[in-house]
Amino acid sequence: MNKHTAGGVGINPTEKSPTVTDQDKDIIKKTVTKFLLPFIQLFGLYVIVHGELGPGGGFQGGVILGVSVIVYALVFGLKEAQQRMSVKTKDLLVSSGVLVYGGIGVIALLFGGNYLQYNVLLPDPKFASTIGIMGIEIGVGITVAAVMITLFYETVRVDDND
Amino acid sequence: MIDIAIPLFLVVCGIAVLFVRGLFSSIMIFSVYSLVMAIEWVRLNAVDVAITEAAVGAGISTVLFIIILSRTKYVDEGKHMNIPALLVSVSVAAVLLYGTLDLPNLRDPNIAPNTHVTPYYLEHSYEETGQLNVVAAILASYRGYDTLGETTVVATAGFCLILLLRGSNRRQGTKDSQKRTGSRT
Repeated sequence: MNKHTAGGVGINPTEKSPTVTDQDKDIIKKTVTKFLLPFIQLFGLYVIVHGELGPGGGFQGGVILGVSVIVYALVFGLKEAQQRMSVKTKDLLVSSGVLVYGGIGVIALLFGGNYLQYNVLLPDPKFASTIGIMGIEIGVGITVAAVMITLFYETVRVDDND
Repeated sequence: MIDIAIPLFLVVCGIAVLFVRGLFSSIMIFSVYSLVMAIEWVRLNAVDVAITEAAVGAGISTVLFIIILSRTKYVDEGKHMNIPALLVSVSVAAVLLYGTLDLPNLRDPNIAPNTHVTPYYLEHSYEETGQLNVVAAILASYRGYDTLGETTVVATAGFCLILLLRGSNRRQGTKDSQKRTGSRT
């Protein structure tokens, strides 16, 4: 079958009708996706980094970042998505997010504070707290985004062959 | 007006999920339910929860439901009443509704949540954590261990998914890939 919709075969089974060529059929959603993806990802990063000022945070921003990869996989197919975000990289990201979070706690220990006590990291306690909280939000975001991509990659994986 | 219309619409969506024909329509209505729920969270000033509901409830879970639907087969057996299941559902709902009678009125200034930790967080969070957003201060600083635990739980769930599904997919892929691609519609 057509390789371009390998990931999204389940969405609309009637899509396989051979009246239109693959190129004609996909060009609108591919163009729109290419145009929108940078903005989706920028918004995800904004939600993560802006979490300590406005609504949002690591979890929400991570989900948005994960969704951007899922949308790419739905439109361009699982194989192309896995060339951009390979399974191995994604597996590493799942654990490295937790590592960033726990690592900030250990760094606080090395600076003489308690575990996850952010205000010892820098001379200015409030700025140090902001940096520490932003760091752990980034860690949460990495893990959540990678797990969301895992959910998609692993459930849809069997469809890869056709 | 809108405070009545949104919950009413949610109830209508919840009933429609049960009674519509076809699982695909049910999933779509469920997605609409999540989207309206997100609007309701905004109405209740819970913007963080609204973002999560819109992204997870309306976005990812819909995609996952559709993937699962495309990988499984189901037959429509028509409508029949399952009396024991109905009794269990109704009694659980009755117990839960009875439990809500004990909940305090959240607008009452004298209840425990409004007299103990909440004023403390509101008054001291900026001096103690340097955060302007109290939600972020509680989640990341006061409750930092909890958030670390939650992140670990999410990562562990991801690992379990990899361990369970990746192995089964590989076995299936080699054994009955011919049969599967033929039967799936």
